[in-house]
Amino acid sequence: MSMREITYRDALNEALHEEMARDPSVLVLGEEVALYEGAYKVTRGLLARFGERRVKDTPIAEEVIAGSAIGAAMGGLRPVAEMMTWNFAILAFDQIINHAAKIRYMFGGRVKLPLVIRGPQGGGKQLAAQHSQSVETWLAHCPGLKVVCPSSPADAKGLLVTAIRDDDPVMFLEHEILYNAKGNVPEGEIAVPFGQAAIVHQGSDVTIITYSLMTLKALKAAEELERDGIHAEVIDLRTLVPLDMEAVLASVRKTNRALVVQEGWPVCGMASEIAARIQEDAFDDLDAPVRRLTGKPVPMPYNRILEAQAVPQVPDIVAEVRRLAA
Amino acid sequence: MTIRHEERPVLTPHNLDETELLGLFRRMALLREFEERTAEQYARGRIWGFCHLYTGQEAVAVGAVSALTREDYVVTAYRDHGQAIAKGIDPKRVMAELFGKRTGTSLGRGGSMHLFDREVNFMGGYAIVGGHLPIATGLALAVQYREEDRIVATFFGDGAVAEGAFHESLNLAQLWQLPVVFVLENNLYGMGTAVERASATRDFHPRAEAYGIPGEAVDGMDVLAVREAVTRARDRALDGKGPSFLEMKTYRFRPHSMSDPGRYRTRGEVDIWRQRDPLRTFPERLIEEEVATREQIDVILGEVEEEVRECIAFAEESPHPEPADLMRFVWAADEPEGEDGP
Ligand SMILES: Cc1ncc(C[n+]2csc(CCOP(=O)(O)OP(=O)(O)O)c2C)c(N)n1
Ligand SMILES: [Mg+2]
Repeated sequence: MSMREITYRDALNEALHEEMARDPSVLVLGEEVALYEGAYKVTRGLLARFGERRVKDTPIAEEVIAGSAIGAAMGGLRPVAEMMTWNFAILAFDQIINHAAKIRYMFGGRVKLPLVIRGPQGGGKQLAAQHSQSVETWLAHCPGLKVVCPSSPADAKGLLVTAIRDDDPVMFLEHEILYNAKGNVPEGEIAVPFGQAAIVHQGSDVTIITYSLMTLKALKAAEELERDGIHAEVIDLRTLVPLDMEAVLASVRKTNRALVVQEGWPVCGMASEIAARIQEDAFDDLDAPVRRLTGKPVPMPYNRILEAQAVPQVPDIVAEVRRLAA
Repeated sequence: MTIRHEERPVLTPHNLDETELLGLFRRMALLREFEERTAEQYARGRIWGFCHLYTGQEAVAVGAVSALTREDYVVTAYRDHGQAIAKGIDPKRVMAELFGKRTGTSLGRGGSMHLFDREVNFMGGYAIVGGHLPIATGLALAVQYREEDRIVATFFGDGAVAEGAFHESLNLAQLWQLPVVFVLENNLYGMGTAVERASATRDFHPRAEAYGIPGEAVDGMDVLAVREAVTRARDRALDGKGPSFLEMKTYRFRPHSMSDPGRYRTRGEVDIWRQRDPLRTFPERLIEEEVATREQIDVILGEVEEEVRECIAFAEESPHPEPADLMRFVWAADEPEGEDGP
């Protein structure tokens, strides 16, 4: 397949275009998605191509954006609801947690909910406490939701295609910092399966397990460590639910050391979950306790110096790995 | 509840003296200048994040806050520089907050969207659309409960009306007869979406009436009309008659935020509204009615320019927060930050 370099934003946009063209039951709704073409321009060109029936601007009303997507999914559509950011999706958590995640089970499997809720999350742009959060842990905690966190343009496209075709509610978490990131994406249709982590850097000394923006930071750290002769393996989880523990365990059995890196807060986070599962299933393979490197447990400060300190940076990852490998 | 505002004159233009009228102009001119210079500082990379300017809407914040006392609470959204300065926060500390400095109103933690000052009862700018309306309602509950002699004024945009929190707040405020004035700043757009594309009805004040709250449309480009309407609403609240709802018809001259190219409205539309720019119409009226001379107006304009220059210098010179203080203020037990502490 021939490759070309495009941005994460354009990769997402292509997935939407292609899936809407392929399946007339796919529609897009959300704040500023149609006329304005998305606050982050992910929905560019959709209104012009597919019209108002399929590309719908909504009022600023997250609860009914999510809720109407659920209802529409029950009624036979495949809605893709955009949340301008996941911070605002918190207003829709009743619909997401109490409804989207429960409906199928609660009704004995008699109905399916093929819907996607997507949008950016994360910090790094000095947007302060109410606009910089990572919510994947809250979602992954709740049975019934699939949780996707792409780190590269190719995964952004391929995972969004899979999300739209999936018959369960998929929470699709993009990273605000990644929209302009470029990467190779194959021409034409690609669908990246859920539940398959990617080994994005091979190594034999330490396994770094991460996802989303932190994958890029972990890769930089791995390159730096390489110069010191420390070979870190970097695993990008890609989807948190389903979670590819097999890939994680296989790597840890090889390296005997593991560091889990996440941007969000530490308490009960994905890093805690993964660390717990490693020690349950690969305790005897470990040469050192599994380490977590996470965002600090603090609302995100506006000031840039404080903000940079609040989330893991490349030197922090390097330092943690050195300590682990020592 | 005791009412201690009886001696206050009926506030029509004619009952305000020259100093008071010029004071209103001065405050509006200060907000305008502050925002214009803020835009420059943003472009120079000294201010970051989301920054929403108040340019065009000055008559709302200045008129409304002029009808309040220092004790009255103000709670507002992220477009908060105007209300904050009108409420009496030192504009130096506002600019310092935009710069993320330790001398800022929120000690550099909040930025443009999260100004705060307990001293003047400015209870915060909030960045979740509609999120502060329940909080304003709760402040009014505290005021009623403690039988305090003050009210809550809460400002929000036309976009917030679509959120559930708006409806829950109005219903509760009326049910419990809380002393809160809901000030809707209808600037015709929520980000890039025109009101008629987001709302099933064009006017919002009838919605308040659906909850039994008196709702009224006010010319938000006329500082005296705003002041007069808020004065009446405040009196009602102090009389124990519960909430009021004022829909200020206004317009923002600049794009939604510093990152919005603003292509969803025409130049012509902006120009029509600029004809009603309160910074132009109000001084014209003062001169026409011989309350002030052109020279007096110009002196004021020069003064606010100087004042904002000082704000920028202050912000520039102020120190960043201490890196070691990252975790401070998460918990009540954290002691206040040295000399900057509350
Ligand atoms: C709950 C929530 N949803 C979406 C946003 C993104 N957002 C920020 S401002 C805005 C428009 C709000 O418009 P309006 O209430 O009219 O206020 P204005 O900006 O015109 O002052 C939107 C959609 C947000 N901050 N919070
Ligand atoms: Mg508006």
